[in-house]
Amino acid sequence: MESRNTNISLFRNIDWVTIIIYLIMIIAGVFSIYAASYDFDHASLFDPDEFSGKQIRWIGLALILGVILLLFDSRVYETYAFPIYIMLLLVMLVTIFVAPDIKGSRSWLVFGPLRFQPAEFGKFATALALAKLFSGYNFKLNASRNNYIRALAIIFIPILLILAQRETGSALAYMALFFVLYREGMSGLVLLAALCAVVFFVVAVKYTDTLFMGIPLGEALVFMLIMAIMVCMLVVYCKRFEAARNVLIWFCGTGLIVAILGAFGINVPGLVYFLSVIFIACFYCVLLSMRAKAKKLLITVGATVISVVFLFSVNYAFTSVLQPHQQQRIRVTLGIEDDLLGAGYNVNQSKIAIGSGGFAGKGFLNGTQTKLKYVPEQHTDFIYCTIGEEQGFIGSSLLLMLFLILILRVLHIAERQPSVFGRVYAYCVASYFIFHLAINIGMVIGLCPVIGIPLPFFSYGGSSLWSFTFLLFILLRIDASRREHPSYG
Amino acid sequence: MRKDYNLEKRKYVIGGFIVIIVLIYLIRLFNLQVLDSRYKDDADSNAFLRKAIFPSRGVIYDRNGNVVVYNRPAYDIMMIPKDVHPFDTLDFCRTLNISPEQLKKRFSDMKDKRLNPGYSSYSPQTLLTHLSPEDYGKLQEKMYRFPGFFIQKRILREYNYHCAANVLGNIREVSPTDIERDPYYSRGDYTGDLGVERSYEKYLRGEKGEEILIRDARGQIQGRFEDGARDKKAISGKNLTLGIDIELQEYAEQLMRNKIGAVVAIEPATGEILAMVTSPSYDPSLLVGRERGKNYAALRSNPQKPLLDRSIQGAYPPGSTFKPSQGLILLQEGIINLSTPFPCYRGYINGGLRVGCHPHGSPIPLKPALQTSCNAFFCWGFKAMIDRRSKYGTPAKAFEVWKNYLVELGYGYRLGVDIPGESRGFIPNAKFYNKIYGEDRWSANSIISVSIGQGEILATPLQIANLGATIANRGWYVTPHIVKEIQDTVLEPEKLTRHQPHIDRQHFEAVAEGMRMAVTGGTCRLANLRDVEVCGKTGTAQNPHGRDHSVFLGFAPYHDPKIAICVYVENAGFGATFGVPIGSLLIEKYLKGSIADDRKYIEDRMLNSNTIIYSGVKKH
Repeated sequence: MESRNTNISLFRNIDWVTIIIYLIMIIAGVFSIYAASYDFDHASLFDPDEFSGKQIRWIGLALILGVILLLFDSRVYETYAFPIYIMLLLVMLVTIFVAPDIKGSRSWLVFGPLRFQPAEFGKFATALALAKLFSGYNFKLNASRNNYIRALAIIFIPILLILAQRETGSALAYMALFFVLYREGMSGLVLLAALCAVVFFVVAVKYTDTLFMGIPLGEALVFMLIMAIMVCMLVVYCKRFEAARNVLIWFCGTGLIVAILGAFGINVPGLVYFLSVIFIACFYCVLLSMRAKAKKLLITVGATVISVVFLFSVNYAFTSVLQPHQQQRIRVTLGIEDDLLGAGYNVNQSKIAIGSGGFAGKGFLNGTQTKLKYVPEQHTDFIYCTIGEEQGFIGSSLLLMLFLILILRVLHIAERQPSVFGRVYAYCVASYFIFHLAINIGMVIGLCPVIGIPLPFFSYGGSSLWSFTFLLFILLRIDASRREHPSYG
Repeated sequence: MRKDYNLEKRKYVIGGFIVIIVLIYLIRLFNLQVLDSRYKDDADSNAFLRKAIFPSRGVIYDRNGNVVVYNRPAYDIMMIPKDVHPFDTLDFCRTLNISPEQLKKRFSDMKDKRLNPGYSSYSPQTLLTHLSPEDYGKLQEKMYRFPGFFIQKRILREYNYHCAANVLGNIREVSPTDIERDPYYSRGDYTGDLGVERSYEKYLRGEKGEEILIRDARGQIQGRFEDGARDKKAISGKNLTLGIDIELQEYAEQLMRNKIGAVVAIEPATGEILAMVTSPSYDPSLLVGRERGKNYAALRSNPQKPLLDRSIQGAYPPGSTFKPSQGLILLQEGIINLSTPFPCYRGYINGGLRVGCHPHGSPIPLKPALQTSCNAFFCWGFKAMIDRRSKYGTPAKAFEVWKNYLVELGYGYRLGVDIPGESRGFIPNAKFYNKIYGEDRWSANSIISVSIGQGEILATPLQIANLGATIANRGWYVTPHIVKEIQDTVLEPEKLTRHQPHIDRQHFEAVAEGMRMAVTGGTCRLANLRDVEVCGKTGTAQNPHGRDHSVFLGFAPYHDPKIAICVYVENAGFGATFGVPIGSLLIEKYLKGSIADDRKYIEDRMLNSNTIIYSGVKKH
């Protein structure tokens, strides 16, 4: 009787919104794969030799596994979080040595006709382990440096293992877990710094052609951004309105003088100007902090100095650290380079495919661009092209909205968890979805560099499908029992 | 648990982040799909069609500048099945001179996955190949009526002379293995097969160019990408000049008609091959165009094996043409001098052995022995060398010395002629006999027949002709080669180096004189031309396949030789009956340009004779 009650409560408490979105997505996914690999010689959706037919089998198995995952007691996941994590780490470690070389990466375990990518399954294991860590008694991320080290270790061990498998895209996906750290107390400055780093990098690398005050325009713009951020931090972070006003006046005043001098034909060297102006502003803040003992002022100064140093190292990093093909991908993405026959080919073709879809699309199976095999990897990483081309703006924006709803729903589920374990786990799930959605679609529409990661539930492939199914169904199971054993810990 | 409301607010930051991302993406999508029409235009002219431009293949000339092989355009009709709309099939068939049934059959063959595994309705498929320029012209005018079809230009070979198939080789479509081995090729390309077409493929083929076209979703060409700025021009193949005298080759093939065998003629000073005939042969133009497959199959199944190049692949007993080499070795080793006589009482009779010989004076020294082709002389000489333990220790050691001279003379290993398939012939070494008879349990008499080019000895006609060239040069040879010049390219120098056997020049002079005597008053009298001093040596090679092979080895003129030649006719009897007349006619033709009237009867006899009937082997 008891187990029946559990089942009934499971049925009642399970989050049907998520399940419905999930089902819509996997069904739409099969049709997209069918359309992407469609060739009218093989007309059947269910043809077991075609990608769509194979995907249907993967889906069938995924659903069975999903139901099995729901039948476990939710505490199982918490209890066995670390064993599961360690087991998958071992599998990933073994993979490095036994996996065959497939297109340059050693990330696939091959069992006869089946291939698995352990890096994908590492996702839910890492999420469980991270959640388990945070659910420890009175665990506070900010309480000690040790806690940070433990959390970062859980995230970076799989990343290193996957990098060793030469599968950079999948490794990057784990970086999404920084969102979780942020939610659990990591300073927002870290995310801000990451954002600034990206923006500075892009601006500095993109505008190198024109000169402004004797230095590349990009560098000048980054200096201006650094100055603006300094003022903003003084206002928002330090809440020192007076100091902010003074620094702003200092920046604008000197800028005006330089502009006037320029109008009279006296050119002030840009590097000297920016460095000296920023140095004086920092000096002013340091003086203020000495008078009033404000740590936040010093942090602001530190952030500014680090930004300047970062700017100078960008050029070095771009030319020396990144591989030539990575540099090229970045250049192409930033629109610095038009290389339509080489690295830019994929992106250009996928933009053409999506763009040609128009508002309403060409209709199911009527896409020409993806059919003529102009878009490579169209049934895996570039599946969104097919949707964009055949379903047009309506279809592709609906798909985006569906993902947005799913992610927001997961965030909502996260916040309603009584346990830290459930919450952290749910945030992990949301983070993965955010990362995959942002990078995959960003790459297809030409806003991100090409990083080979799949679009969850749409891209062809069993590993990715199963991985996200596991993530989601474990979350559903934990969520379904949120009322059974309220807060502990 | 007390919730940390300060941290809980951070859900808005994360949620806000993804909302902003999705908004940016939506704006981008709206831009791409609705506002910006550029991508629709791009889709109309959407992708690049990389069209290969085939270079013209190098032309092949003979040594006198005659064009032997050149190019002829041919046209393939290609179609992209998906793009084909219903069309006037009758008109189509009438233009191309085929019946509607044939067309229907071609369509169904094309779609048959077993016959055409690469079939896809989206990619170009070959419908018909090798259209003549006339059909092409007729079709070109009507092309607009047949959407989905297009014409691809190909290059085929055309032959001015219907001979030298073994030397020239031919071209064929590349196989999957070719593509795997050399990424230069793609499906439907042509590559050289056999002969110089094969061995000089890299020079002849040139380099494919590429035209990058923009085509729309319906496959129609819209223009050139970046106005052709990224196109690559095709680079034509290099022309070859052969050492072959194509008229001599043609004449030799005529003389060899209805005979099985080979002829090789070499210019001694340069090593250039003047003629290289295998018989029976075939017209190289049989292996061009639509009928290639059928003809090739017929040639393959022909019991007379026309595809076997007997001049370099046939390993024959050299018979008495081996004797000059024996004379050279014996002289160089000091076993004999020019006056050392050996007896011959109708043969070599020793230790229960008898090697027969024909009647002539006895005893005789080397030169008359060459003149009369005395078997006994060379058997005695061989025995004197191999069994001379005082000099060599054992027969095995003596035999190794003997063998090494032959290797230096070009026997036993591939000479390295510049067409594929060469056989190395066979010269046994001491180990070989040790295995048969046991170590130190054999002597000259055990293997006496090798001294007259019989027994285990095998040589290709090319190797035999090369001995002629070496004697003609009085002591050295250049690796025989077919190709004399490659346009704008220097020949590999190792092809032109002299090989110098360790045999003194005066010994070659003696052997040459003996061969001259064979022509003036010995076995080769038929080769005694009026105003050319020919030197020669007949061979009558016993073999297990029936009548003796008729062999001739010669060179001319005696002083300052211009041609060395080997004629090998299977199962044709004495060397003097077929080898000598054919050899002498070829020498005469090459040096004089025509056959003297009083020798026309020899030419007639050779042209009209048939020795295939004697070759019992050929009917398996």
